[in-house]
Order: sequence, then C-alpha cells, then structure tokens
Amino acid sequence: MSTQQLNSFRSGPDERGRFGNFGGRFVSETLMPLILDLEARYEHAKTDDSFWAEMDHLWTHYVGRPSPLYHAERLTERLGGAKIYLKRDELNHTGAHKINNVLGQILLARRMGKTRIIAETGAGQHGVATATVCAKFGLKCVVFMGATDVERQKPNVFRMKLLGAEVVPVTAGRATLKDAMNEALRDWVTNVEDTFYCIGTVAGPHPYPAMVRDFQAIIGKEVRTQMEEAEGRLPDSLVACIGGGSNAMGLFHPFLDDPSVRIIGVEAGGHGVDERMEHAASLTGGRPGVLHGNRTYLLQDDDGQILEGHSISAGLDYPGIGPEHSWLHDMGRVEYVSVTDREALDAFKLSCETEGIIPALEPSHALAHVMKLAPTLPGDHLLVMNMCGRGDKDIFTVAEALGVEM
Amino acid sequence: MSRIAARFAKLKQDGRKAFVAYVMAGDPDYDTSLEVVRGLPAAGVDVIELGLPFTDPMADGPAIQLAAGRALEAGMTLRRTLDLVRAFRQQDDSTPIVLMGYYNPIYSMGVETFLAEAKGAGIDGLIIVDLPPEEDDELCLPAARAGLNFIRLATPTTDDRRLPRVLQNSSGFVYYVSITGITGAAAANAARVGPEVARIKAATDLPVCVGFGIRSPEAAQQLAGVADGAVVGSAIVQELAAGKSPAQVLDFVRALAEGAHRG
Repeated sequence: MSTQQLNSFRSGPDERGRFGNFGGRFVSETLMPLILDLEARYEHAKTDDSFWAEMDHLWTHYVGRPSPLYHAERLTERLGGAKIYLKRDELNHTGAHKINNVLGQILLARRMGKTRIIAETGAGQHGVATATVCAKFGLKCVVFMGATDVERQKPNVFRMKLLGAEVVPVTAGRATLKDAMNEALRDWVTNVEDTFYCIGTVAGPHPYPAMVRDFQAIIGKEVRTQMEEAEGRLPDSLVACIGGGSNAMGLFHPFLDDPSVRIIGVEAGGHGVDERMEHAASLTGGRPGVLHGNRTYLLQDDDGQILEGHSISAGLDYPGIGPEHSWLHDMGRVEYVSVTDREALDAFKLSCETEGIIPALEPSHALAHVMKLAPTLPGDHLLVMNMCGRGDKDIFTVAEALGVEM
Repeated sequence: MSRIAARFAKLKQDGRKAFVAYVMAGDPDYDTSLEVVRGLPAAGVDVIELGLPFTDPMADGPAIQLAAGRALEAGMTLRRTLDLVRAFRQQDDSTPIVLMGYYNPIYSMGVETFLAEAKGAGIDGLIIVDLPPEEDDELCLPAARAGLNFIRLATPTTDDRRLPRVLQNSSGFVYYVSITGITGAAAANAARVGPEVARIKAATDLPVCVGFGIRSPEAAQQLAGVADGAVVGSAIVQELAAGKSPAQVLDFVRALAEGAHRG
C-alpha cells in the first residue's frame, strides 16, 4: 500500500475487496466466476466515459437529478441550533435514493448481455427501483421479498407488480430482508447464465460494496457543489441513516478525506440497544462475522448464528452493515449512533409538521439524531441530513404505531 | 495417512466406489442424530459428511435449511456438534468425518481454537461452502497446518482457467457439484457429469465424488459410475423430516450405499 493510500479513507477496497479486514469474497465456488467477471466488467465500465455519459443522461432526464439541497428553515428554527440542510433524494423518481444505484447496475447488466434481473428488497424501495428500470429497458425482473415485509409494505408490492416484476415472498427464517437476500443468492447460483443480481446496498461480496458506493456517491458529490454554491464552503457535519448503509455511504464517501467534516451514521435502535437484541444496530450492538459474502459487523449469538434484529423500518431491519462502514467505524472516521423506533416516529411527525415533508421511516432515524444534535450546535454550523426516501409507503405502519384507524 | 486417504486407498484396492452420506448434526435432536450417525458405517457409508447447522445456509435448498432450523431449535451449536463427533469416535475410529457448513460459527469460535477442538474430536476434513480459494488464508491453510483436509467444491462454472486455483490447497477429495444450483434441487445427469469429472481427474490425483441432485439408489449408481463416489444429502435429510425412525432412515441409506457401490 502506498503512502498516499495510507493517508486516504477513500482508496479502498484493496484487490481482495477488503476494507481493512472487512469485506472480501465469501461466496460459494459456483458464484466465484460470476463475481470475478462482474468485477472485471465493472472495472472496465468505471473508466469508460460513455458509461458515465449514459448514467448522467438518465440521472438528469429519468431520475430528476440533481436532487435539491434544501435549507429547512422551520426545522432549523424549531430545533434552535445548527443550520439544517436536507438532501432531497426522496424527490427522485421512485421516491428514494435506491434508483441511483439500480441504474448503474442495470446499465452494466445490459453491457454484459444479461436478460434477467433479480433483486432482494426489504422496505420495497430497492425492489420498486429495480422493477422500474427493468420496465424501462424491457428486462425480466424477479424480486425476492420476505413474506413479513410483503405484508407490511403492500403499496410497494403492488407497485412492483404494476411495473411487471414478479414478487417472490420468502418464508424462510423471520421472512425479512436477510432471508430475501439468501433466496436471491440461491436463485443466482441456479441461474448463472442469464441472470444479473442487482444488490440494493453496499453489502454482499466484492465488488458490490464498492460498486454500489460509486453509484450512490452522486449524492455526496452533488452536496459538495451545492453547499459551495449556497454557503461558499464545506458542510460541518453529515447525518444519514444506516441499514445496509448505501445512502449514508453515498453521502459520506466524497467527504471522508475532509477532516473538518464530522460524519455520523444512525442505526436502527428498535426497542433499544441492549441484551434483548430487539434492534438492528450492527455496529453499536454486534460484532464482526461473515454473512452474505463479506466480513462485517453482524447481530449474532455466541455460536455465530445470525439474529434477525428488529426495526419499525423494514429498510433498516438487516443484521449486517456494509463492510466499508465497519472499517470506518473501527478507524474512527465516522461516528455511529442509534435511535429507537419511538424517537424515529417523533422525528417522522416533526418533519411532516415543520417542513411539509412526509419522510420514510428510514431517514426519520437520521432526523431523530439531528433533533438531539442540532440544538447543541451554534447557528453557523452547517448540518446536512440525507432525506433518502419519502414516507408514502410507511403511512400504514405509522398509523398503526400511533394507534390511528385508517 | 489421514482417515480420508486411508479410506479412499482401501476403496481403490477393493475396486469399489465411495458412498458419502450427509446428515445434519443435531437434526431433529442430539440423541436421534447421534443414533443415525453411529449407524451410518454399518449401512455402507464410506465417508460421513456432518452438517454444521447455520441460520443462513445460502447454498442449500429447503431440505437442508429446514434441517438446520430443527437442529438449532433443539439447541445444537458448533460445540455440541464437536461433542457428537467425540461420541461417535468412541465406537468408530476409522470412518472419516467431514464437517460441512458455513464459516461464521467457526470464525465466531476462533479459527485456531476450532481447529484444535475439531482435530481432537476426530474430524478429518472440512467443506466450508463460503470459503472459495480467494479466502484460503482464512481457514484452508491453517486447517492444512493442523492436519485437517480442506475439501473444495468444483462446479459447472469452474472452467479450465479456474480449475487449478480450486485444486491448489485442496486435499482429501474433490466434491464435484453436479448442477448449478442449491442442494436437493434439479436431478444430476450422469451423461453430462462424466466428462466434467474426467476433466477434473486429468488435473488432480485426488478422488472425485459427485453430489447435489442425487436422490435414489439408481442415481447414486449412475453418478458413482462416472466418478470415484457419490454424495447424497437432502434425500436422507428428508427421510428424517418425514418422521422416519433412525432404523428406517438407515435402511434408506443402505439402499443408496448399495447403489453407489454398484457404480
């Protein structure tokens, strides 16, 4: 490793797909040739101007990028401290940041001649984004979704079906995101010839964590430019929620080598991060292990069996976290905290009331931490929170949690 | 000579194909599982593949997933799995045992601790599905230093360019996965598998056994016929799942073994 790389937080992963000791390629032999091929094709596309030109065109005309960086005045006033900006990725086509990455992977799949796309989904946002882009390009799309999530995210299930995707409910385990990912891997190992696995977060075997990060980094790149235009300088702190961690990595990565920028990831604390393990906070309540192709912090028992975790948000309900986050945690570059279901619900309501933005439950976690942090900071402190998804999909869950009959 | 090498040498001398049987440790509970495992050698099993239960068996089909769930539900752990092997070894010191599973329970225990315990308990080899050659320094190389065989899966996607990498650091035998897919799925096809096994045998002196998709004595005979042995897992596990007694399960195993031995 060169001196320059040692001085950067942005040079990973290494040639083995490792971020420090995290990441790697822990997959069965059947999949190894496929992910090596994917890595080679991605490395080529990454340096191909025509690939990025196609991405930029679609980001602008199909997704609606750049998303605004919005000064949330009433929220700032209410919390009485830091000047709060929201990165409005909930305004993207399909209502979340997920499509940033899906476009990249589908363009790559097309270049590789793959005709069938599979995906896992938790809250359904990644599934909807994948179904959307597959519809646009006329590709067959199969989405694996835990049966529990199918039940609690009905609007997104119907959206995927309208878009022509086949939604496969997965009943194994507790029937949530982890189990959907297992099933997608089983499908991929069976249909190796024509199928491309479009992973929705910065997890999975190398090259997925790096590739998904590179596609999501558009979020942070735009924030740099937009903040320069708005305030003439870098932001002072960044806050984003973390399940697998793709929206957070997208926002954080372009700022990792700016030491003046404080970076905070917010995990789902469920009913509280304690020995009951009724949460989904892998970093604050887990330890390193190997699952879904990479080494990372995991919720697990003493025997190394994976625990299911809990969160009110189906998108954060995952027992692992992207390996690069695990590394940034151990390096101390990014702070990771957790907030509870209850705190996230309070933040959900605050966003609706003060800004007229119905947030998804995922970024409501980020906002819940902003509610604690912002009042402790001076008025000239520039805080950016990633509003990574809109909350239409969550209104039923929220109504139930608030005891409201719909 | 390791138990695995000794067993394959004996089979070669006798002009017989190997029958490898997979059962999940602790399925449906520790005592029943031990009774089945103890009966396998007398039922004609040459090598025992003992499944290590894991919550997320990504390369396995429903039969093995459910078996792992039953075992975990009944309190099975990696430590109890090692206990089961120790109990088996009190009566049988020659039948090789290969532990098959996923890396995380081993990583969680600590690789060096695990290797010392496994060797001491009487385990002869490891098949760890999510450790490809690219991750050899995790467990494969330490296992070799500890005197345990590391048995690798070769698959239909392992082309000639990749095969040397898969064979390097492999020991014991090579497990050829007859299909692209998960355990217990599509039926294996001897006519297609034969040339693949020949391709692997041209590149290694290790015995090659074929598994995935073998469900009957006839299939065991056909697949063993084009290789050095046949592996059956899901079909045996399903007998247990159907509530068959250990004696009934062992009768089923005996028929499979006779099939493989005719191959």
